[in-house]
Order: sequence, then structure tokens, then C-alpha cells
Amino acid sequence: MDLKNEVMKALHLVKDPEIDSISVVDLGMIESVETKENSVSIQLLPTFMGCPALDIIKNNVVKVLSQIKEIEQVDVQFVYHPPWTSDRITEDGRRALKEFGIAPPPIQLDETGEWHVDCPYCESTYTTIENLFGPTACRSILYCKSCKNPFEAMKPISTLM
Amino acid sequence: MKRSMDDAIKDSEYKSALTELLFQLADDDFILAYRGSEWLGLAPHIEEDVAYSSISQDTMGHAAMFYQLLEDLQIGKVDDLAHAREASERKNAVLLEMVNGPGTYLVEPQYDWAFAVVRNFFYTSVKKIRIESMKNSSYQPLSEVAVKVNMELYYHLLHWKTWFIQLTKANEEAREKMLHATNRVFEELDGLLTLGPKNEAISSFQLIDAEETLKQRWIQMVQPIFESINFTIPEKFGMKHGNGRNGEHTEDLQKALQTLSEVYLVDPAASW
Repeated sequence: MDLKNEVMKALHLVKDPEIDSISVVDLGMIESVETKENSVSIQLLPTFMGCPALDIIKNNVVKVLSQIKEIEQVDVQFVYHPPWTSDRITEDGRRALKEFGIAPPPIQLDETGEWHVDCPYCESTYTTIENLFGPTACRSILYCKSCKNPFEAMKPISTLM
Repeated sequence: MKRSMDDAIKDSEYKSALTELLFQLADDDFILAYRGSEWLGLAPHIEEDVAYSSISQDTMGHAAMFYQLLEDLQIGKVDDLAHAREASERKNAVLLEMVNGPGTYLVEPQYDWAFAVVRNFFYTSVKKIRIESMKNSSYQPLSEVAVKVNMELYYHLLHWKTWFIQLTKANEEAREKMLHATNRVFEELDGLLTLGPKNEAISSFQLIDAEETLKQRWIQMVQPIFESINFTIPEKFGMKHGNGRNGEHTEDLQKALQTLSEVYLVDPAASW
């Protein structure tokens, strides 16, 4: 296996510290991976700027990549361009969020900026938003009127906003 | 023409104007996020507690970004810029440093929710106008950060606008309190709208649009909201307690800085 593949495989092991079913790759946080003989540099996109998990993620990326035999030097940087948007989350990522009980972000927004998600537990569309803000910067709190479960959804973030 | 970090460092006049603007942006977000954090556990209901603390966390994140841009220009370390500067070195608007109300968050906080809503609504709408303008900033790193901030700001503005409109339409007591708070904020609003002593250099370098342009855009943005609730925008705004952009501040800021930097100053070399 070439080094770059090995790095990508390792990055799949770095999970969101607050949602441990989803990797930073599936969250769409990896902007670029460059490998040279024995060094690797990674550009990460921060999700929300005040997110306290960012530093933990950065350290975990360094830790995981340092364990690859050939690698002696790891450079990890946050970059702001392009901006992270919630449509960067992969199909696998959307599935992983749902398994965790978090509805993946809606793919489309109305012209008014309004959005809607279905219940991650029973798939019902009969849901209401209780709070646009949630326990972490990236989540909102909703309620399913069908299965009577409160749940969270990943907030849609788009440059159209 | 867009400028990179290296371009900015080489041109001392450009760097000086840019530094001034970044300090205003960073210090504004920083102190208001701190005031917001003092509301934790005290907001009118639990959903608001979640929302307001989330907004304050985002806002502190924005401050950290602007301080980071200053660190990149070799002005100082992010943590020092945030914690270790005297009140007289701060560039935030006085409006944003004012206490939430009598008492402290530990002892008999008699905080004023109307003031919190009005101050946050005004600040967030002014910030929205600025951020939109800075998406086209001549300083490339700043324009990139503006795109990022803008996406989070969407939710903040929606939140405060909703509170602002609803409380002014609630009962008579609420309307009275909102009117009073709105008048207080107007008395300091010029201190927020000004880009400070270097405003001409800041706009001629196209870091952001001119002060007056931004002000008119802000009035255009909020005018329909004010009309819908039957509030009037005064002809003139004020700067009653001084111009924070010149380093003029109140005792409220001094006390806030003492509190928020207490732990940091015990051991500035500690690793967090």
C-alpha cells in the first residue's frame, strides 16, 4: 500500500470526539493530504470556529499519523478556504450520524433559509425544531411527534446563508 | 488587488490600518462573548440558556480567529492579545463592555434581559453588515474568515431578531423595557459604528467599506424592522461613555478584564 493510502486509512480512525461514530474524513474536514518520503502535511477545515473539539482533533490526527512506520514528520494545519459546509459530509458520514441518533444535515434549504429533517429513529417527517442551538455548536434540538423522541440534527451550514 | 499575509507584513501603512481593524473586530467579539457567558444559567428559560451559550461560544471562536490573524502578522500571541492587554489598549466599543445589570453572576445577578436582547440584536446586525463587506476585503485571509463567520452569523441574527421583535410586541411592561434598552443602546451606537482614528486608511486600503457607507447600510437593514414594531430610529446616535476605538473605556471593562484574565495571569506559560 502506498503511503498516501495508508494515511487516508489512518485518518478514518480519527473520530469526532463528541460523535464517536463519524471520522474526520466522513465529516469532510480533510482538505488536502500531501505525502513526501517520510513526512505528511494535512490541511483541515474547521467546522464551527469556536468548537473546542478542534484542538483535540488536530492532536489526534498527529498521534495517529505518527504511528505509521515510514512517517517521521507530521504537519497539521487548519485552513479557512474553502469554508467547511455541511454538504461536505459523505454518504457514509450521514449514515454514521444517524446511527448515533443525530439526523444528518438537510441537503437542501428553502429559499427562505428554512429547513427540515426527518426523525433519525423512526424516519417520520412529522418533526419540529425545538431549538436551533444545541449541546454543541454544530447541532440543533428537535422533537419527533410520531415516536415522541427528542433528537438532534446537524445544523445545515452553507455559503448561501 | 488581494494581498497575502506576506504582502501585508512588508507594507507598514497597510499593516497598521489592518492591525487597527483586526483589534476592533477581535476585541468587540471577545468582550461581548464574555458578557454572554456571564448569562450562563441565568437566561429566561433553559432553551435560551442553550442557545445563548452556543452563540457566545461561536462569538468567542470568531474573536480567536481575529486574534490569530493578528498573531500571523507578528503582533503577539493569541492568548496574550486576549488576556494580557490593559483596558487602555483595548479597541472594543464601550457598548459591548457595559455590565449585564446590577450584581455579578455569582452574587445577586439582577441582569437586564431587555438590554441583553437589544444589545445583541444591534451588535449582530452591525456585525452582519461588516462581515458582508469584508467578504470583499483586500486582505485575503480576512475575506476568507468573513465567509466562515457569515455562515454562523446567520443563526445568531435570526435568533436575536426574533427575540427583539417578539418582546417589543409582548405586553406593555416588556415594550417599555425594550424601549428603554433601545434608547440606552442608541446613546452608545456611534461608538460601535465608528472604525476609529484610522478609519480613512482602513477604507482606502479597501479592508472594509467606509464607515458612513456601512452605517447607511445598517439603517437600511433595520428600518423595516423598526417600522414593523413602531419604534423610531433617532436622527443622531451617541457615544455617551467615550470612544472605545481610542482606548477610552469604563470601569466595567477594567473589572471584566480582572475577572477573565485571573486564571491566565497566574501562570501565562501554562499549556492548556
